[in-house]
Amino acid sequence: MNSSVQPLLALDGVHTHIGPYHILHGVDLAVAKGGITMLLGRNGAGKTTTLRTVMGLWHASAGTIRFDGNDISEFATPDVARLDIAYVPENMGIFSDLTVRENLFLAARKGPLDAARLDWIFGFMPALKTFWLQRAGLLSGGQKQMLSIARAMVEPRRLLLVDEPSKGLAPAIIQNLIVAFGALRDEGVTILLVEQNFNFASKLGDTVAVMDNGRVVHAGTMAALVADPELQARLLGLSLDSHQ
Amino acid sequence: MSMSAAIAPAKVEDLPAAPRDWLPILLVPILILLALPLVGSFPTWATLTIAGLAMGLIIFLVASGLTLVFGLMDVMNFGHGIFVALGAFVGVTTISMLGGWTASSSFALNLAAIGCAGLAAAVVAGTVGIAFERVMVRPVYGLHLKQILVTMGGMIVAEQVILALWGPEARPMMRPASLQGSFIFGDVAIEKFRLLAVCLGLAIFAAMFLLLNRTKLGLLIRAGVQDREMVEALGYRVRFLFIGVFAAGSALAGLGGTMFGLYQELVTTAIGAQMMVLIFIVIIIGGLGSVGGCFVGALLVGLASNYIGFVAPKVNLFSSILLMVLILLWRPQGLFPVAKR
Repeated sequence: MNSSVQPLLALDGVHTHIGPYHILHGVDLAVAKGGITMLLGRNGAGKTTTLRTVMGLWHASAGTIRFDGNDISEFATPDVARLDIAYVPENMGIFSDLTVRENLFLAARKGPLDAARLDWIFGFMPALKTFWLQRAGLLSGGQKQMLSIARAMVEPRRLLLVDEPSKGLAPAIIQNLIVAFGALRDEGVTILLVEQNFNFASKLGDTVAVMDNGRVVHAGTMAALVADPELQARLLGLSLDSHQ
Repeated sequence: MSMSAAIAPAKVEDLPAAPRDWLPILLVPILILLALPLVGSFPTWATLTIAGLAMGLIIFLVASGLTLVFGLMDVMNFGHGIFVALGAFVGVTTISMLGGWTASSSFALNLAAIGCAGLAAAVVAGTVGIAFERVMVRPVYGLHLKQILVTMGGMIVAEQVILALWGPEARPMMRPASLQGSFIFGDVAIEKFRLLAVCLGLAIFAAMFLLLNRTKLGLLIRAGVQDREMVEALGYRVRFLFIGVFAAGSALAGLGGTMFGLYQELVTTAIGAQMMVLIFIVIIIGGLGSVGGCFVGALLVGLASNYIGFVAPKVNLFSSILLMVLILLWRPQGLFPVAKR
């Protein structure tokens, strides 16, 4: 990361408490504009909490979160989203009683669905076109994940926060995800992706941050981490082997 | 659906038809048909059926708002009955002020009198609803036990305010001239007012159905009931949505109060508390947060109460509870459980 360029998203000493539990212990994280940043770490390291804190779903008890230079630590979730930050939660957050069309319609907050953009999305996710008028609850797990990501793509956004998109998906679907995220990167969208699957992460990530015990313990380029098996073993330990 | 369907689009003819859950809806005609041999006489059965549908639809008016309030914000409003009582008293006052219209034999003027009473009730209940949300509900978001205590307390206070304003005695609520009595078809007598209540209830259900299924606002409400966080993460302010739903729910409860007063031809301060039990039974039967379930539940409760009241009056004391027990044994989450995250 070029330190002379202001990062798009910057967390500075962020602490988050959930009820009596102290989850984030001073997270420092800078996400550069453009490209894909991977947030890695074992279960319970605080990756999901970091994303939720950025979205305002939980509030930081200390520290600051800056987006494009502005402090958004105290923003309510809708106001964070209105900065053109899209969020794909781990549970996908699909409205299962609504159709695929209605799910995307609500995600297009600024206006009607753009047909050309939809066609572009259907290129990566043909199933969404096939099941356009079906209730989203009837989709398979992979299709729900596609719909969840499509919601974040339906209008141009500046930053995408994606929580473990590859979880529980077949390898063929993961390949589709890699293509879709690559297309978004080419469009100029900045993506912060939480991942456990190092194989997937290493194919997609430009930069990487590794979390442990509620802190970022390593930040650098993905190429450097891929080239250094010792560093991988030290940072990712068992989680690396079990997810390859 | 296989995973490969995500990559290659399935052929249209291969698509599974969206399974619709007809069974709970079928319960209504099944109950109506089962009641015929039990009641024994066709004219009595027809009268009871219309009475049951009218009562059911009035309960639906009151309960639909509460089920959405619960679904959207997990708020248990035990004070919802106060809007019913308030609506009934505002309705009774409005109707007595429009004595000329109600005494007239013109059906249009009579209808206008009921329309004005219902509108006044809805406006007052809706306005009080907004204040109630601000003062009583907002401080106890996310705290279920406190919600129950505070909203029940609010209801007691509001009941006393109604007592102070309207006095302690029960008020007779006369139906307008042309809505008294019954239509006679052969041996079958159908009360005119009940028919009006059925028409109004169905019209409001249809309007609500269209709103919830065909408008962006409605889709947001349905989406919010399923996953409030995600609706906020898409950039919508669910709080405003909730205040709107709370106000609309209170207004509908006020309208329901006026209609229930006319249905019973009597208004007491206890009308709210009296209806509260039925409302809770209906929204539990329907599945918390489901408007469709609330509709079916309300019809079942209204019909069962009328049939059982005729066939076995003593059993009627607990007919609604019995119905709830039977339905929960079959579907513990209610007829149409709302898919939550």
